[in-house]
Amino acid sequence: MKNDIKIGVYVCNCGSNIAGSLDTAAVTEYAQTLDGVTIARNYVFMCSDPGQELIRNDIRELGLNRVVVAACSPIMHEATFRRVVGEAGINPYLLEIANIREHCSWITEDKGEATAKAKALIAAAVSRVRHHQPLETRKVAINPKTLVVGGGIAGIQAALEIADSGHRVYLVEKTPSIGGRMIQLDKTFPTLDCSACILTPKMTQVGSHPFIELLSYSEVAEVSGYFGNFKVKVRQKARYVDAEKCNGCGLCQEKCPIKTPSEFEAGMGPRKAIYTPFAQAVPNTPVIDTEHCTYFLKGKCRLCEQVCPRQAIAFDQEDEITEIEVGSIILATGYEVFDPSPISLYGYGQLDNVITSLEFERLVNSAGPTGGEIKLKDGSAPQSVAIVHCVGSRDQNYHEYCSRVCCMYALKYAHLIKEKLSADVYEYYIDMRCFGKGYEEFYKRLSDEGVSFIRGKVGRVTDEAESPEEKGKLVVVAEDTLIGAMTRVPVDMVILCTALEPSPDAEETARRFNISRSADGFFLEKHPKLDPVATTTDGVFIAGCAQGPKDIPDTVAQASAAAARVLALISRGEVEVEAMTACVNEDLCCGCRTCAALCPYSAITFDAEKGVSNVNDVLCKGCGTCVAACPSGAISARHFTNEQIMAEIEGLLR
Amino acid sequence: MSFEPRIVAFLCNWCSYRGADLAGTSRIKSAASVKPIRVMCSGRVEPTMVLKALQEGADGVLVLGCHPGDCHYHSGNYKTRRRLLMLGNMLEQLGIEKERVRLEWVSASEGSRFAQVVNEMAEQIKELGPLALNASS
Repeated sequence: MKNDIKIGVYVCNCGSNIAGSLDTAAVTEYAQTLDGVTIARNYVFMCSDPGQELIRNDIRELGLNRVVVAACSPIMHEATFRRVVGEAGINPYLLEIANIREHCSWITEDKGEATAKAKALIAAAVSRVRHHQPLETRKVAINPKTLVVGGGIAGIQAALEIADSGHRVYLVEKTPSIGGRMIQLDKTFPTLDCSACILTPKMTQVGSHPFIELLSYSEVAEVSGYFGNFKVKVRQKARYVDAEKCNGCGLCQEKCPIKTPSEFEAGMGPRKAIYTPFAQAVPNTPVIDTEHCTYFLKGKCRLCEQVCPRQAIAFDQEDEITEIEVGSIILATGYEVFDPSPISLYGYGQLDNVITSLEFERLVNSAGPTGGEIKLKDGSAPQSVAIVHCVGSRDQNYHEYCSRVCCMYALKYAHLIKEKLSADVYEYYIDMRCFGKGYEEFYKRLSDEGVSFIRGKVGRVTDEAESPEEKGKLVVVAEDTLIGAMTRVPVDMVILCTALEPSPDAEETARRFNISRSADGFFLEKHPKLDPVATTTDGVFIAGCAQGPKDIPDTVAQASAAAARVLALISRGEVEVEAMTACVNEDLCCGCRTCAALCPYSAITFDAEKGVSNVNDVLCKGCGTCVAACPSGAISARHFTNEQIMAEIEGLLR
Repeated sequence: MSFEPRIVAFLCNWCSYRGADLAGTSRIKSAASVKPIRVMCSGRVEPTMVLKALQEGADGVLVLGCHPGDCHYHSGNYKTRRRLLMLGNMLEQLGIEKERVRLEWVSASEGSRFAQVVNEMAEQIKELGPLALNASS
């Protein structure tokens, strides 16, 4: 049987990506000498149409029954070449990729060493591929319902795109209302659209959409199942208000005697213990904050209950678990704003009138705590304002990355200050990054509006005056790197442009949905260029700032892209699931059930009658840990059998 | 001639293999003596595979998996950790330095860490010298 093995080896030059760092001709010549190899060829781009045709032709004309492609990573092109060999009539799994680019030509300094390593990798692949078995992929139907997690602009956009096509969406939002960060913003750069004006229509649409079930004040508690058929448990936190009865009149909030800082107002204004976060909240049903409510703390008050004209207050409400079934999931869980207090030299939390960007958004908003008047703590208007860029971003001590939106919102602040007051505005920047449509033009406009731009990172903000004119002021100390001199500028207000950072629960979320995070803590996309919305878990997509800092246009684009991916899956109706599952040889199984105890998916059941274990193909994800543990060698992992791996080791060390 | 070690690295498909790919994409150079084998999960790596590699002439074996808590299959990396601990004891009984087999965590975003781990391993095996498996038997 083994004599019938006919292997074709295809060595790709990848232009100069591979051929520039190793001798592909010598590698091809070597491959030709390997046992079982019928033909070895070298071509400039194996993945191109002529390259693919080369392989298909050889399969047809030479009767090849195994193929090795020595090229880039299998993560990149395994699917391509599986399709190619399939088109020529052999089973797609009779292919092996030798990764001689990412794992060889690109990482090896010496050409001779790279050539030798490529030979070893190809020998390993050739040795392995002869043991490959044909496998059949199975198809399962996709549940056409979708879960969107996060009700900011990304989640709203994705939910609407999908729901508008007539497919059901469950939108889960952690806080009492959708709207996310965007609803807290005043204007949006560079067009100066009012953020709430462009977002609230979409929020209302979500609230009344026949195909969207909004689960606000809720969190995902558990995810199980698999691609196309996820089972999700959602915990709906008790609002202590009956949403069916409440008509949102607001009387309870008016009468509630307890005041506490409002999260929506970034702490700049108060809210009550029973509250809706803001006037246009969706849904418009208040919640009782049990940490501040007198009844929950001391057992008396219940004023809200007395004044409610519809008897909607329900102190006995409890958290509810809802189980939903969906085919795809979009994570749009957003970001957190960096807390600048650790940078003590900037004085946030110690000096009055040093505020964060989010605080300024609320301060300047006409629906905010000051009615849109830019005021200092003492109620007067500032005569001069310093805007400090890159607070927590582009900083080795905090976040190395650029938060991407700060330069632009800083320019927006300068404009809003100039529009409302006659104050002097100083922008302290490292580099101005105005990369989007109309952004550079906006920068130019602000330069013309008389804003002072100082190139330098602020070293310190202090209230220690060194001259009479600094008295009673905040002094911004920075090096102006364009003139190469230290500067001290006395101002009345300092705005810190704080970084966007991963949500505090990003780690937990990533684990719950089984996706990875990049080094900066944001969710990791499947491919940074070509697959920025998918993740390594099929059926789970990401959108918005959960994936990395981005502005509203990019967020909307990414959310729409994620929705498009989901809609494509829904319209296809079914997915191919992994053929690389484990299987039990009943003749060898001794029924010890070691495997069942190890399986993370409970995919192994015990057949008491036969005294053997069985693997459920649908639940098995092919990790192979049961295979590694089986004391009788009765379980094998399809496409990763012991035989195949051992042969690969032999080939590699040949 | 100086000793050039031969090292086999088992890489899990989801974290370490992708971390190695990222090292490649970022052109971070590392020792060519370390040669990869892809498995779906580090939990698939059987101690016999490690022994097989040593028997076939490897001077060292590297097993790379996802960081604790980040395993694509929840807990495969914990299982391989336990298995390799046990294997370490056995290697000593066989007269093989247990430093020749090393388990490390490399995530998909840690291209530079991949190169660092590979280079460290190559250095370590160089210091230990060739594995005299056949000579001692």
